[in-house]
Amino acid sequence: MKRELPLLTTALIGLFMILSFFVPHEWVSVPADFLQATAIILVAFGYVLGGANVLRVNLDAVSKRAPGWPYKVLLVVALLVTVIIGVLDGIPREGGFLNAGTRSKWIYDQVYSPMAATLFALLAFFIASAAFRAFRIRTAEAAFLAIAALIVMLGRVPIGDRMTAWLPHAFQLGTMQQWIMDFPQNAAKRAILIGAALGVMATGLRVILGVERSYLSGEE
Amino acid sequence: MQWLERLDRRWIFVVMGLLVLGPLIKPLYLPLSVTEHVRAFAAAIDRVPNGSTVLMSCDYDPSAIPEMVPMTRTAMRQLLSKDCKIVITVLWNAGPGLVDSVTHETAREFPGKRYGVDWINLGYKSGNEAVMVLMGQGIANAFPRDYSGGDTRSYPIMHRVRDYSSFPLLVNISAGYPGTKEWVQQVQARFHLPMVAGVTAVSAPEFYPYLQSGQLQGLLGGMAGAAEYEKARGEKGTATRGMDAQSLGHVFVALCIILGNVVRRTRPAGGTA
Repeated sequence: MKRELPLLTTALIGLFMILSFFVPHEWVSVPADFLQATAIILVAFGYVLGGANVLRVNLDAVSKRAPGWPYKVLLVVALLVTVIIGVLDGIPREGGFLNAGTRSKWIYDQVYSPMAATLFALLAFFIASAAFRAFRIRTAEAAFLAIAALIVMLGRVPIGDRMTAWLPHAFQLGTMQQWIMDFPQNAAKRAILIGAALGVMATGLRVILGVERSYLSGEE
Repeated sequence: MQWLERLDRRWIFVVMGLLVLGPLIKPLYLPLSVTEHVRAFAAAIDRVPNGSTVLMSCDYDPSAIPEMVPMTRTAMRQLLSKDCKIVITVLWNAGPGLVDSVTHETAREFPGKRYGVDWINLGYKSGNEAVMVLMGQGIANAFPRDYSGGDTRSYPIMHRVRDYSSFPLLVNISAGYPGTKEWVQQVQARFHLPMVAGVTAVSAPEFYPYLQSGQLQGLLGGMAGAAEYEKARGEKGTATRGMDAQSLGHVFVALCIILGNVVRRTRPAGGTA
């Protein structure tokens, strides 16, 4: 019963949600809306679980003096400070912690936002370094990939058109990159999308029919 | 070529830094051409009847500022200049603060436009695809409170908004999941809401099939797409200014690929990597 009940619940709700896609009648749509709203509430609780998990994992590492434990102390302190300030800012008025001028907004604007942007900006440097050291052309396929990459990379920016402005229009980098994106790339991406969609449908059916059970306890 | 093989990677970082910084300080003004998909994006917004209410979902966080914010600004300007009302939502948990700042800044350029009347920021809601589907049953059901905590139904702009059928167009500016793909699958396909999208450069190829099928009416890909959109609208914003830096950055990465392989090919037999 411990396994059968969740399996039955999954199957019934799964089939019902599929039915709601095709049947707009209120007998189906109203309970389906309720289930959708329930899902949103469950997802929101996921953040609480996620936060608790971050605390558990990092406090455990700090107590064991695992490598890099001072950084974990910083992470835990930052997490707690942000949450506590958010809660305090939110007490006086509804939505207060989000408003301009609050301490939470200051943390978001002055700490989180620049750090996130900086981290992403570093990619430019690592991509250049990786391009020099790791992009090895050893086979004909790799050569095709490299040529396509170079055309798209240069054709996507104004300097590409400038470099090949003297060539006929069809051979200019901008035109060639658009052709690569519209045809070979598009065909491959479409095949991947169709394959992924079939995979998602198959997995969904396996879950509904109770064949796929790993979500219950991590076992097949 | 031996010295190149032993090159400290910090030199690569320095060159890349200078190539990005230089054009930002002294622009090169490289000519920019507007591609078909960008023209289609601007045209789709142009086709929206003046004064109608448009849904705009800004699904990104601060890591995507250089690509997403210029798109958001220009799209918002285009809509507000047509007297369209804008309902803004965010499905990324780290995005609402940024989106709120950007939308307020842009709206301030239109002195006659008022929050709650001409535009509203409904803020963030967790749930990803489930939120998209729930919005189909009622926008105010999914977002009972706006970003600042006010009752969504109390704002004049929301009096004319029920569900997706209230919008002639969805403008999605997205940096990943949940984003354009999910909006197409859950909303465009299901509720037949016409849609345009602005996405990051790395994810843009993923959306070409939707563009070709007509599910997306226009697409902005990365900072280049944002810069082309600015040009199409006669603006000179941050994306246009960034394109020179991106141009040189791309050339440098291309050179790194070529040089890296030339160095390996010219290595004496028996040399190590």
